[in-house]
Amino acid sequence: MALPRSFKKALWVFHVATGSCNGCDIEIIAALTPRYDAERFGIMLTGTPRHADVLLVTGPVTKPMLPRLKRIYDQTPDPKAVIVVGGCGCTGGVFYESYNVVGPVDEVIPVDIYVPGCPCRPEAIIDGVVKAVTKLETLEKAGVSG
Amino acid sequence: MNNQSIKLEVGGSTACYTVPVGPVHPALKEPIRFHFDLDGEQIVGVDIKPGFAHRGIEYMGMRRNLIQTLYLSERICGICSISHPLAFTQAVENAAGIAVPPRAQYIRTIIGELERIHSHILWAGVGAHELGFDTLLHLTWNVREKCMDLLEELTGNRVDYAIPIFGGVRRDIPAEKAPLAVEALGYYKGLLDQLVDTFLHDKSIEMRTRGIGALTYDQAVELCAVGPVTRAAGVPKDVRQDMPYLAYADMDIKAITPRDLGVEPTGDVYDNIIVRLLEVAQSIEIIEFCLENLPEGEITSIPKVPALLAALKNAEGEGIGRHEAPRGEVIHYVRLVEGQDEMAAWKVKAPTYSNLMSWVPKFLGDEVADIPIIAASIDPCMCCMDRVHIADETGTTSEKTKAELVRLSREKTRRICG
Repeated sequence: MALPRSFKKALWVFHVATGSCNGCDIEIIAALTPRYDAERFGIMLTGTPRHADVLLVTGPVTKPMLPRLKRIYDQTPDPKAVIVVGGCGCTGGVFYESYNVVGPVDEVIPVDIYVPGCPCRPEAIIDGVVKAVTKLETLEKAGVSG
Repeated sequence: MNNQSIKLEVGGSTACYTVPVGPVHPALKEPIRFHFDLDGEQIVGVDIKPGFAHRGIEYMGMRRNLIQTLYLSERICGICSISHPLAFTQAVENAAGIAVPPRAQYIRTIIGELERIHSHILWAGVGAHELGFDTLLHLTWNVREKCMDLLEELTGNRVDYAIPIFGGVRRDIPAEKAPLAVEALGYYKGLLDQLVDTFLHDKSIEMRTRGIGALTYDQAVELCAVGPVTRAAGVPKDVRQDMPYLAYADMDIKAITPRDLGVEPTGDVYDNIIVRLLEVAQSIEIIEFCLENLPEGEITSIPKVPALLAALKNAEGEGIGRHEAPRGEVIHYVRLVEGQDEMAAWKVKAPTYSNLMSWVPKFLGDEVADIPIIAASIDPCMCCMDRVHIADETGTTSEKTKAELVRLSREKTRRICG
């Protein structure tokens, strides 16, 4: 999948923390603020999943957050892409043996892009979002609509 | 949690309806749930339901060896990622009787204070965002990157620095790196006046924060608030001043209250901004002192990891470690049993746990549009705090979304600015 010459629309991202340690969460904000400035591509955090194209999930999914995460996934309109940011969301990471963690994010909702790292750098997060662009364009070509 | 015992009387009215907020919530990105009882726009009752970020870290820590647990303690919180290891290493060193060379103590202090600088600037940006002042969010986060660069240069990582180890630190600050630190500190010194001017003399910020989320001296003492929250209410409480440890013992640290700026403390959001900005200046002074007086010598008393593990396995005893994290006092308690790789007990008390109940008097009497900034004013850190799991699986309907709250907050700024 190659990156298109221009983005068809500005990507709006909803960030949901499912028990993450804040490490990736602050790097996501860092990615959006002037040093890394993902907003220049029209990538913006939105306040509600109903406006989002991309779901950015951090954290290993704790038991109380499980129904919330499923609900937020259902609230996000199609076509959508799900990005997991951080090692604990990708595999369980350091929290793998916890009694209150239901496992990596992909055991709960379908995941398209994994951004590993504990925590991952802002560059890696931007790379993940760019990959989500190609994924969404592929979905659009396949005729998946909201 | 029950707020009955400290519920304030507001105009003698009763609540008309309840608004649940969260757990995907209005301030920062971490999950917590609030129930607000409202009389019109006014908040007359608050209930707080934490527990969504509980990962059972203490349980996991008691199943791994101490060096593995050290890296786990770093992941209690990504913003306090040196505070927890500092308290944890002190607790274990205390229990096992391991000495820390002076140079290592100074390096720990330097990294700890750098974390305070980046955390307070981060908070200032989040606070500005909650008020609808996004330009200031971008300005402050841009300024923060200088500190992140320095941390990366000194430790190898932007977040989770992995610097302390039992008996010392893992990485030295070589002489050639010191000028980088001096340059970064000079950058912040030159910028501080501008930041203070922008935050404290801006009319719209003053109108949105003065008298909002107030906490009296007595309430702060009664609720055992810690860190900038209690200092903003005028309580001169600071672990670095009260029980000096690491390099702080060589310095004369004074707890910062709004009185240092000639303001009578009321504990409101404005006073919280004053305290955090002044603490950035204090941290710069501390790091400068540490760099100038950095002792020569070893950086760790037990350099070989297998020897360290053996020493820890043979240790027996209890220990407590305290550290003044950017958000307040963090305490770690450990108990070691001889012949056992893992700890027999581990208890973490994070600053937000102490500050949580100060939310109740802060919220009462204020408006719905003030919820985001008051929630943010204690600089909450759920992932630090959620040590106890309180499950709540009921009533997820008719919640106020973050977007709605931010919109209300922005409308209020516009309204009062005319």
